[in-house]
Amino acid sequence: MLQSKSFVKKTKQGKVLKVVREHYLRDDIYCGAPFCKVCDVAAARLDSNASTIIIVDTNVVLHQIDLLENPAVDNVVVLSIVLEEVKNKNLAVYNRLRALCSNTLRRFFVFSNEYHKDTYVKIEPGESPNDRNDRAIRVATQWYQHHIGAAARVLLVTNDRDNKRKAIEGGIPAETVESYAKSLGQPALLDLIVQAPAEDVTMEDAEDLRPSKRKTIYAEHKPMSEITSGMHRGIYHQGKLRVNRYNPFEAYVGSESIGDEIIIYGRTNMNRAFDGDIVAVELLPQDCWKEEKSLAIANDEDDEDDDVHLAPSSADDAPRVSHPSQISIGNKSDMPTRPSGRVIGIIKRNWHTYCGSLEPMPMPAGDGGIAHALFVSKDRRVPKIRIQTRQLGNLLDKRIIVAVDSWDRLSRYPSGHYVRTIGEIGDRDTESEVVLIENDIDARPFSSQVLACLPPLPWSVSAEDIANPIRQDLRHIRVFSVDPPGCRDIDDALHCTFLPSGHFEVGVHIADVTNFLHSGTPLDDEASQRGTSVYLVERRIDMLPKPLTEDICSLRADVERLTFSVIWEMTPEAEIISTRYTKAIVKSCAALSYVEAQARMDDSRMADPLTTDLRNLNKLAKIMRQKRIERGALTLASAEVKFQIDTETHDPLDIGMYQIREANQMIEEFMLAANISVAKKILEHFPPTSLLRRHPTPTNDMLEPLIQTAASVGLSLDVTSSKALADSLDRAVGDDPFFNKLIRILATRCMSQAVYFCSGDLSPPEFYHYGLAAPVYTHFTSPIRRYADVIVHRLLAASLGICRLPDIFQDRPRLTGIADNLNYRHRNAQMASRGSVELHTLIYFRKRPTYTEARILKIRANGFIVFVPKYGIEGPVYLTSRGQKGGGEWIIDEQQQKIKKTNGEVSYGVLQPVRIHMEVVESQPNRPKLELTLVC
Amino acid sequence: MEFVNPEGLRLDGRRPMEMRQLRAEIGVVSKADGSAVFEMGNTKVIAAVYGPREVQNRSQQSNDQALVRCEYSMANFSTGDRMRKPKGDRRSTEISMVIRQTMEACILTHLMPRSQIDIFVQVLQADGGTRSACINAATLALADAGIPMTDIVTSCSAGFLNGTPLLDLNYVEDSAGGPDVTVGILPKLDKVTLLQMDSKLQMETFETVMQLATEGCKAVASYIREVLLENTKQLESRRGV
Ligand SMILES: [Zn+2]
Repeated sequence: MLQSKSFVKKTKQGKVLKVVREHYLRDDIYCGAPFCKVCDVAAARLDSNASTIIIVDTNVVLHQIDLLENPAVDNVVVLSIVLEEVKNKNLAVYNRLRALCSNTLRRFFVFSNEYHKDTYVKIEPGESPNDRNDRAIRVATQWYQHHIGAAARVLLVTNDRDNKRKAIEGGIPAETVESYAKSLGQPALLDLIVQAPAEDVTMEDAEDLRPSKRKTIYAEHKPMSEITSGMHRGIYHQGKLRVNRYNPFEAYVGSESIGDEIIIYGRTNMNRAFDGDIVAVELLPQDCWKEEKSLAIANDEDDEDDDVHLAPSSADDAPRVSHPSQISIGNKSDMPTRPSGRVIGIIKRNWHTYCGSLEPMPMPAGDGGIAHALFVSKDRRVPKIRIQTRQLGNLLDKRIIVAVDSWDRLSRYPSGHYVRTIGEIGDRDTESEVVLIENDIDARPFSSQVLACLPPLPWSVSAEDIANPIRQDLRHIRVFSVDPPGCRDIDDALHCTFLPSGHFEVGVHIADVTNFLHSGTPLDDEASQRGTSVYLVERRIDMLPKPLTEDICSLRADVERLTFSVIWEMTPEAEIISTRYTKAIVKSCAALSYVEAQARMDDSRMADPLTTDLRNLNKLAKIMRQKRIERGALTLASAEVKFQIDTETHDPLDIGMYQIREANQMIEEFMLAANISVAKKILEHFPPTSLLRRHPTPTNDMLEPLIQTAASVGLSLDVTSSKALADSLDRAVGDDPFFNKLIRILATRCMSQAVYFCSGDLSPPEFYHYGLAAPVYTHFTSPIRRYADVIVHRLLAASLGICRLPDIFQDRPRLTGIADNLNYRHRNAQMASRGSVELHTLIYFRKRPTYTEARILKIRANGFIVFVPKYGIEGPVYLTSRGQKGGGEWIIDEQQQKIKKTNGEVSYGVLQPVRIHMEVVESQPNRPKLELTLVC
Repeated sequence: MEFVNPEGLRLDGRRPMEMRQLRAEIGVVSKADGSAVFEMGNTKVIAAVYGPREVQNRSQQSNDQALVRCEYSMANFSTGDRMRKPKGDRRSTEISMVIRQTMEACILTHLMPRSQIDIFVQVLQADGGTRSACINAATLALADAGIPMTDIVTSCSAGFLNGTPLLDLNYVEDSAGGPDVTVGILPKLDKVTLLQMDSKLQMETFETVMQLATEGCKAVASYIREVLLENTKQLESRRGV
C-alpha cells in the first residue's frame, strides 16, 4: 500500500511562514516506451519502433506549440517539471499540451520526473529555480539515455544556448528546434517555427521598408510597475480593448475607473494592442479629443475597401457612427462628449490564432525559397500579420491559420507564423470552416462520455413517468405544434381549450429536456459550454446530441412526450386569470408548419376542432400583441434572408426575404407570454440567482444615426421612451409601402442586443427589456437549442419544489460566468449564421449577375451605401473611382446628403430607391467580391 | 485546482489510494503510564496516558466502571503561524470528546471500577488528518499503559476531490473544501466506532470513500500491531526473558 521509499522535504517560502510539504519519490514511474524490458508497459505511449525520443524544454513548449501539434513531431516525452512551468506561464498552451498528451493518435508521454527517485533533483545553494529546472530536464534526459540504452536515440530539444551547452558537455545529445525540424525533412514544418525577435530585422521587405529607413513607429510600452502606480494615481485606466468590427482604426476601452468608454482612434494610439487585450490607457487632453479623431481618419492610408456585407440586425453588428461631426445638424454642441485616449501598455495579451489568407504577391526570386508575406485576417479587427514561409506558391490561394508571436515597436505589423491550411479560398467547405473557427464554435462530434449520458434508444414514456405524481397526464388534450417547415427539433407545442366558464385554457408545452439532462454530467458540461445550437445555411451544429434533439425531446406528432408546461386560464379578452406550471405528458396530434397553420386559419371551409383551436389562439394572440404594443413594445424588423439549398450539392438555389406570417406571430406571442410568466415565477422564488434576459435602453448616441437619417427625409422621431419611439415609428409612413419597414429596420439596428444576466448582479430597474417593454423576461421555451432555457427549467422546477436546485446556483460568480459564456456563445452563433449567409450569398451571385432595387442609406464622398432589401445585404456603390477627388459627373453633397448629376438630370437622396447591378468580380486572384454598381 | 494529475499522482507524489508515511514510537514520556508519538507524514501527535488511578473528583466516580477523560490541545507552534489559540475553544472541546468517546468504546472500563484514566493528546505538527493521528497515538499510549482493551482502535480519513476518492488527506487537500470522511474502526472485530464527515457527498460516492478510509484504518492497524510487537520484543529482551 505504502509505496514511497524515501522522501525529501521540499520547502517553499511563503509570505511570512515557512511551508513544508512532503514530496514522495517513487520507483513505480515508467518510461513509456513499449519496448522497455524493465518497466510496466501497460501505459506506454511512445511508438514501439521509435528511433528517436525527444525531450523538450519549457520554452520550446511555450513558443513552439504549433510545431508540436503537427503530426510530424512524435515520440515526445513531456516532463512533469515542463508541464508545471508551462502551466504557471501560459494556461492556454498548457491546455493544448495536455490535449496532445491525452490524444490517442499522438505519441506524447508524460514522465513524472519530479516524483521519480532517480530524476528528482534538489535545489543547490545559490542555484536559481530556473537553473534547477533546466538541470532537472537534463538529469531526466540522461536517465532516459541510460534507461533506453541502444534501443533508441534520446534527444533534448532546447533553444536555450546555455542549457544546450551544458547538455552536450554532459554527453547528452541536444539540438535547437530549427535543426531538429530540419532533420525531419519536411520544409513546410519550418514555417511553424516561431522566429526569435532578434531575427526580426530581416523581415522588413514584406512591408517595403529598407532597414536603413527603419524608424520607431509605436511608442514604447510602459513597464508594469509604472502602469500599476499610474493606475493608483488615476492617470492610467485599465480595461479590455474592443476594436470596432467595421472600422479597425477605432477601438473602445470600457474603463471602470472613469465609468465610461474611452475611444482610441488610429493604430498609433492603439499602440500594438489587439482586440480583447487588457490594456492600460492614458486619456488625451480634452481639446485633442476631436482633433485626434479627424487626424486618425486622415492618417490611416491603408484603409481597406468596404465590402458588401449582410445588413446588420442590431447595433452590435452595425458600424458605429464614425463621422457624426461632418453632418451638422446644428443642434449638437461642438464639444465631443466621449473621452479619447491612447494605449500606454498591455497588461494581458489576447493573442490567439487567426483565420485568413495571404495578401497576393509575386513569387520572390531566390532567397532559398523563404518568402516574407503579409497575412490578412478575415476578422477585420486584426491587423495584417507578417509571416515567413517556404511554401508561398502553395499558400497563396489557401485559407490558412496564423498565430501571432511578437510585435516590435519598429515594425508596423506584428509578426507571426503559419499554423495550418484549412483549404482553398472560395471553396464552400473551407469557407464554412473558417466561419466556425472565427467564431470559436465547437463543431466536433460529441464524445463517447457525452453520448453515454443519453437514455437508451428506442425511448418511450415509461409507466413510472406516468405514475410520477409530479407529472400531470395531459395526453387526452389536443396539443399541436407549429414550426418552420422541416423542423425536426420541436421544442414547443400548444393547446387551447374552451372552458364551460367562457374562458380559455391555453397551454404552452415545452420539451422537458432537464428530465434527461442532469446537472454535473458530461452531457450537461458539454451543453453548457456550447451554450446554443448554431444554425448555418447548410447545416446545424447542435447543442445536444441528435437522439435528444430530434427524438426523445422533440414533441413530434402522435408520440407521447414529456413536457414542462405553462397553463393559463384566460378570458376571451386575453386577460390572464391564473397561471400554473407543471411537468406533464402530452401527445401532440399534429406538427404543423407555419404555412399549413396559416392555410387552415384562412380556409373558411375548415371547421375541425384543431382549426378552431388555431383560430381561437390567433384571436387571443392578436389581443395580447395589441396590449403589448400599447405598453410600448417595439415592432422591430430585420431583413432575414432565407436560402433554398440544393440537397445534393448544398449550393444555394434561391434566396429571398423570410416571410413572416400571422401564424409565426401567433406562436411568438405565446412564447413571449410563457417566458414572461416563468421569469416572474423564478424571480419571486430566487431573487439573487435567477437567470434573466434584459434589453438595455438605447442611448441617444446609439439612436443618432436613425434620427439623422429620418431628419434628412424630413421625419422627426421621438426617442424619449420606447412607447414614444413605437408611436413615432407607427406614424412614419412614406409614399411607398416599404418605407415604414425600412425605418423599422434602421431602428432595430441602432439598438444593442438583449443579454442574459444573473438577477443578483443588477438592480430591478435594470432588468427591463426595452424591446418587449417587459419589466422581467427570460428564456424558457427552447431548451433543446439554448442552454439558458435549461437553467431556467431547473430554476422553475426548484421553485415548484419538484427537485433540488443544483449546487452551482449557490455560487453567484459561477452563475455570472455561465451567463457571460451564454452571451458570448449567442453572439458567436449569430455571427456564424451571418457569416454563413454572407458566404452563400456570394456563392449564389457567382453564377447569377442580377439587377435589383436598393435603397440609399447614406451618402458619402465617393458614392453611397445602399441596402438591398431582397437579399438583406448592404454595401457601397462607388460613383467615382478610388483616390479621385471630386465627383466627376456627379455633384455630391455630403452635408445635405444629396447627390445630383452635373447636368441636373438625376438626383438622389437618402432612403430613395435606386436600381443597381450585383455581380461577383475577382479584382484580385482568389478574392471574389460582390460588387454593386448603379444603373441609370 | 488539480489535486490529482492525469498521470494519477497527487500533489505530494502519492497515488489516490496511498497513505502518507507512518511512524510511531512508544514510551516517549517516561513519567506517564503510557505514551506514544504517532506521525502520519508531517502530522505529528504525542499522547500520554495516566491511569488507571484514583478518581480526583469524587462526585464523578462510578462504581461499575472507570472514568475516561481526554484532553486535546494543539501546540502553539504546530501550524507554523504564530497564532495564540485559546485553550478550550470549540474545536478542541469537540475533538476531545470525539477521542474520549472513541477510546471509551474499546477500553474494558468495567474491569476498573472507581478509577480514572486520563488521556492527553497534543498536536505537535499539523498537516491534515490530526483527528486520525490523535486516535492512533492514543491507542498506542493506552496499549503502552497496559490498559485492557477489547481491540485497538485505528483511524484514517479519506476525501473526494476532482472526482477521485483520496486516502489520508494532507493539509492542502484538506483545505480544498471537499468532503472529508474520518473513520475509526476496531480492526479485529471489524466494527466502526467513529464516523465523521464534513460537507456533502452523494450516497454511492460516500460508500466508496468510506470503504477507502476503512482500508486505510486496516493498514494503520497492521502497522500499529507491528510496532506493539516490536515494543514487546524489546521489553522481553530487556527483562532477559
Ligand atoms: Zn523503461
